[in-house]
Amino acid sequence: MGFVELDNVALRYGERDGTLALNGASLSIERGEFAAVVGPSGCGKSSLMKLVTGLHPPSDGAVRVAGSSVTGPLKCVGMAFQNPSLLPWRDVLSNTMLPLEIVQPHRAQLRRKKAEYTERARKLLATVGLEGFETKQPWMLSGGMQQRASLCRSLIHSPDLLMLDEPFAALDAFTREELWGVLQDLWMEQKFTCILVTHDLREAAYLADVIFVMSARPGRVVATHRVDMPRPRRLETTYQPKFVELIHTIRDEIAQVRAQSRADVRPEVPAGGQHAAIQTPKVA
Amino acid sequence: MRLRRESRANLEKAMPWLVIIGLLVVWQFAVTAFHIAPFILPAPTAVFETFMQQRGPIISNALFTLRSTLIGFALGIVVGLALGVAIGSSRLAYKGLYPLLIGINSVPKAAVVPILVVWLGIGQLPAIVTAFLLCFFPIAVNVATGLSTVEPELQDVLRSLGASKLDILRKVGLPRSMPYFFASLKVAITLAFVGTVISETLASDDGIGYMMLQASSQFRVPLMFAGLFVIAFMGIATYIVFALLEGRMTGWATRGREGSMGGRG
Repeated sequence: MGFVELDNVALRYGERDGTLALNGASLSIERGEFAAVVGPSGCGKSSLMKLVTGLHPPSDGAVRVAGSSVTGPLKCVGMAFQNPSLLPWRDVLSNTMLPLEIVQPHRAQLRRKKAEYTERARKLLATVGLEGFETKQPWMLSGGMQQRASLCRSLIHSPDLLMLDEPFAALDAFTREELWGVLQDLWMEQKFTCILVTHDLREAAYLADVIFVMSARPGRVVATHRVDMPRPRRLETTYQPKFVELIHTIRDEIAQVRAQSRADVRPEVPAGGQHAAIQTPKVA
Repeated sequence: MRLRRESRANLEKAMPWLVIIGLLVVWQFAVTAFHIAPFILPAPTAVFETFMQQRGPIISNALFTLRSTLIGFALGIVVGLALGVAIGSSRLAYKGLYPLLIGINSVPKAAVVPILVVWLGIGQLPAIVTAFLLCFFPIAVNVATGLSTVEPELQDVLRSLGASKLDILRKVGLPRSMPYFFASLKVAITLAFVGTVISETLASDDGIGYMMLQASSQFRVPLMFAGLFVIAFMGIATYIVFALLEGRMTGWATRGREGSMGGRG
């Protein structure tokens, strides 16, 4: 049985006539595995995050993490979003240490072991290349550096589960690719279970062990791909034929679910139109 | 180029004084040129003369008014902060209290003073309560607004760490609303002065408001203007104190004027 299990889950916001974000979604992620979730926009990827972390209860089906079913917010999850959302009144170091002020048992020990925890935060910041920026305020940092700090904040308490919701989407291509490497290094070192929600197929294939492809809303998992490329992966890896082929396959699948959803919205489009959309995927 | 920028900065600093002095000069000339009688509009020099003559009673009255104002203001801070936190962090409290607060705030405070006199008698107490009634509302509304600007993503981050509502309030909500709080203090302190003086003119035997009422009954118009000037001076002085305090406490909210080091990703 997996570390994170979704069993035929549905999620509806609001009452009976509310938006159905997920329907019949099932997936299983092993402990220490790096999973990526991709799909067309509005397919309920972020809803998936809310479900797994217990921030929103499922309308139907079961969500299990570490063998027990999720009933309320989990207590020890790391999270990072597209927006770094650092606290502007704290410097980088104390922003990074925020989770230690909340998660037990660190919370109780923080005052006593202040030096030890500070050292830990400094080390983590150094591994993502933020050495020397500990006392800077967040607004003095570029977007990429803020995102590094946000990543450190999500990992400082060594969470069992790391949830990343398009963390690199707002960054330029070079910074993004650099941070893939940073994240992979951290993961290979600490082996936390990670769920990455992303629009970027290269990002998913570079980082993940397993990729879940979701359908358009209401979302469910339509395909699962194992990425059996050796680690550590490098940018060179992304140009290998095997890698490119995998991305093409996933892109076709997403084009297909998008075409289907368009056909559902506009029933007058003949079935042939759908087929044509599958035959001519956009070339990367 | 640099010199010009410096002189412009100096000009900016001097602007408030230039405007006030300019206004006084125009006033002085207008009074002399149009032969306006002192009991209609006294010249600034006449007002100053009266102030110097009567400075003993004026200053003691002013200090009395200042004390009432600051006590009412302190009460306003405590109650406004508490109400703001309640409204801003609980939807139930918001729904329940907001209409009531709007109602209380729309009642003209001059109309409340007679009731306060029945309850509290004449003197300092109604002045303090009126000052409080006028100044707690902007504080409460601003703190509530500040609390509602906390990013939902940040709340998610904290909740998935096991943070309680109180944790989120302490770590994020209150610091986030501090700029709003300090901004409201600048408005609230001037309103507190308005409250005190209203009450003093209606029901008191001490304070600047009472003094002006006395002066009015005796047609001592220059003395009334001296009172006005003293109130204005106290208002500006306390405003400056809270503006400075705001800058010190919430410098992070007005950051970036020195330019940031972007593009270092």
